[in-house]
Amino acid sequence: MAKTLFEKVWSQHVVNENDDGSVLLYIDRQLVHEVTSPQAFEGLRIAGRKPWRTSASVATPDHNVPTTGLEHGITDPVAKTQVEALDSNCEEFGITEFKMGDIRQGIVHVVGPEQGLVLPGMTVVCGDSHTSTHGALAAIATGIGTSEVEHVLATQTLIQQKPTLMRINVSGDLPEGITGKDVALYIIGKIGTAGGTGYAIEFAGSAIEALSMEGRMTLCNMTIEAGARCGMVAVDDKTIAYVKGRPFSPTGEVWDKAEAAWRKLYSDADARFDKEVHLNAADIVPQVSWGTSPEMVMPITGSTPDLSDAKDDVQREGWTRAFEYMGLNENTPMQDITVDKVFIGSCTNARIEDFRAAASIAKGYKVADNIKLAMVVPGSGLVKAQAEAEGLDKIFMDAGFEWRAPGCSMCLAMNADRLGAGERCASTSNRNFEGRQGAGGRTHLVSPAMAAAAAIKGHFVDIRDWNAKA
Amino acid sequence: MQAFTKLEGLVVPLDRANVDTDAIIPKQFLKSIKRTGYGPFLFDEWRYEDVGQPEMDCSNRPIRKDFVLNQARFKGAKIMLARENFGCGSSREHAPWAIVDYGVSCVIAPSFADIFYNNCFKNGILPVVLSDAEMDVLFAETEANEGYKLSVDLAAQTVTTPSGQVFNFEVDDFRKHCLFNGLDDIGLTLQQADKIKAYEAKRKVDAPWLFA
Ligand code: SF4
Repeated sequence: MAKTLFEKVWSQHVVNENDDGSVLLYIDRQLVHEVTSPQAFEGLRIAGRKPWRTSASVATPDHNVPTTGLEHGITDPVAKTQVEALDSNCEEFGITEFKMGDIRQGIVHVVGPEQGLVLPGMTVVCGDSHTSTHGALAAIATGIGTSEVEHVLATQTLIQQKPTLMRINVSGDLPEGITGKDVALYIIGKIGTAGGTGYAIEFAGSAIEALSMEGRMTLCNMTIEAGARCGMVAVDDKTIAYVKGRPFSPTGEVWDKAEAAWRKLYSDADARFDKEVHLNAADIVPQVSWGTSPEMVMPITGSTPDLSDAKDDVQREGWTRAFEYMGLNENTPMQDITVDKVFIGSCTNARIEDFRAAASIAKGYKVADNIKLAMVVPGSGLVKAQAEAEGLDKIFMDAGFEWRAPGCSMCLAMNADRLGAGERCASTSNRNFEGRQGAGGRTHLVSPAMAAAAAIKGHFVDIRDWNAKA
Repeated sequence: MQAFTKLEGLVVPLDRANVDTDAIIPKQFLKSIKRTGYGPFLFDEWRYEDVGQPEMDCSNRPIRKDFVLNQARFKGAKIMLARENFGCGSSREHAPWAIVDYGVSCVIAPSFADIFYNNCFKNGILPVVLSDAEMDVLFAETEANEGYKLSVDLAAQTVTTPSGQVFNFEVDDFRKHCLFNGLDDIGLTLQQADKIKAYEAKRKVDAPWLFA
């Protein structure tokens, strides 16, 4: 019978089909970070349990780590306790950890693929919603809560209901200047933040095939913002080339066997989905979010919406509240919105290609006078080293950006990097929720090139004009 | 885990769509390594004028009087009404921990975000999905009647209003069983340890790269 990509991977991981239709699903890889794991390790300790298979889990601290002044260690005592708890838990339970100071340390979702810890066809979990990132490698990758982190540590399995399946086809060629980030925001704008609820989404079509692996990671990363359980892209030559030679990737004969298996990871021609969405790449314009939910997004050529266009009262109230929180009015052209800070980083956009794109905009320019802070935060120590080897750090610093150490940073502002109340930020992260980047902070989600251009001009601009001028 | 069987309690209406986990419990509280003590910080940014910090004493903090949780008539609520896509955003289990620590053990909404929905069951909270029309009835009645209570029966899968109107809801059997009996599902899964071992043995042959 014809199978979808999701069904192929899923069926290879079913340990048992339970009477009620749920399955016991085997988990190949668990990524662990400091925020959602301490209570899980504590649970194991209280119950006197051991991890089922220690080599399946790998940890790194990311959410709380400072991005400056590393020589002083972590100065926030509560954050320090949490990072130290991760260190001691990993030591006690025998779990590999890339600690602070290790060049491999970074945001879990950047580190996982970079190290070859995530391989095609795997089931991957992490106590973090953006685990969906790893679906770019044709893995079933889902975020879980702390109780499930403990469940996976103790049993290497999860009890799961099979989700319904959606395929989003983006056909045609992506116009110049359009990135995985724009595709992600465009899709969420179309289907809404609850549009993917209950679904596993496969992204397909010529525009998706044309994306780089990193672009696909950006896209899958944001699947959770559409409410979906996971996002996936089929294996192709790019996937295989990406995985090859990574520290935890197989080699020799095992590689050959693995590659043969991975090459089968695509949806069969006549496989059936519960829902199909068709979009045209040519319609996608650089995207900027205007509100407090990722579905509140506009093309850079557009304006904030008119309240009379809301579909119902609930949406109208949501928009009204968003306008108030964001300090914006109806029908404001997106290009008129000025920003105070710029953040280029996060598991969505802190990989080498993101920095190359941003640096190509910033090169030879200076950050605008109204910008209080423009910061670039690499996704991992290895991304940082690579960028420095290419001289990107110099380009950023010459333009007036700060070049930081790896971590989640101002994506969620658990460390010192945050917005003040009322400050407006062009951010390459994934969430524009109220208070996400600091209490009262106002976030606009954009691609790395769009963020860099906003830093130079002091307001949002259409990156396609920039390309035309350059 | 606390079992959930029947609950009769005061209802608090949170009339907003897309309430995200950053709003339910802001990130500064995620630095704790405990499971309890989050209740005073539930909806911190909406509840207080100042910015909350972990472990601070909340008794003298300036409150935002118009936020529902701060209104005297909703003090002690055990059931919360919400709108679509409640609990969207991060996977933080601190969100249900804060809700249950506050004293609410049933949230009724037209839809929930997946991870949050799942996390509720692990923490003795019953998330109930009702239709938009049914939610409108409950919101209107809660607003109109001070001291409005609902009774929720997990076995019967019903929500009953004071006037005797009954709404039915769906919940899958396994989750219901675990919540009803307060069961730790790790223990249940470990009863299948032999099956997990057998799966691994076969998989090691078929896909050895997964066990490096
Ligand atoms: S970068 Fe942001 S979204 Fe990604 S894992 Fe860190 S906090 Fe979460």
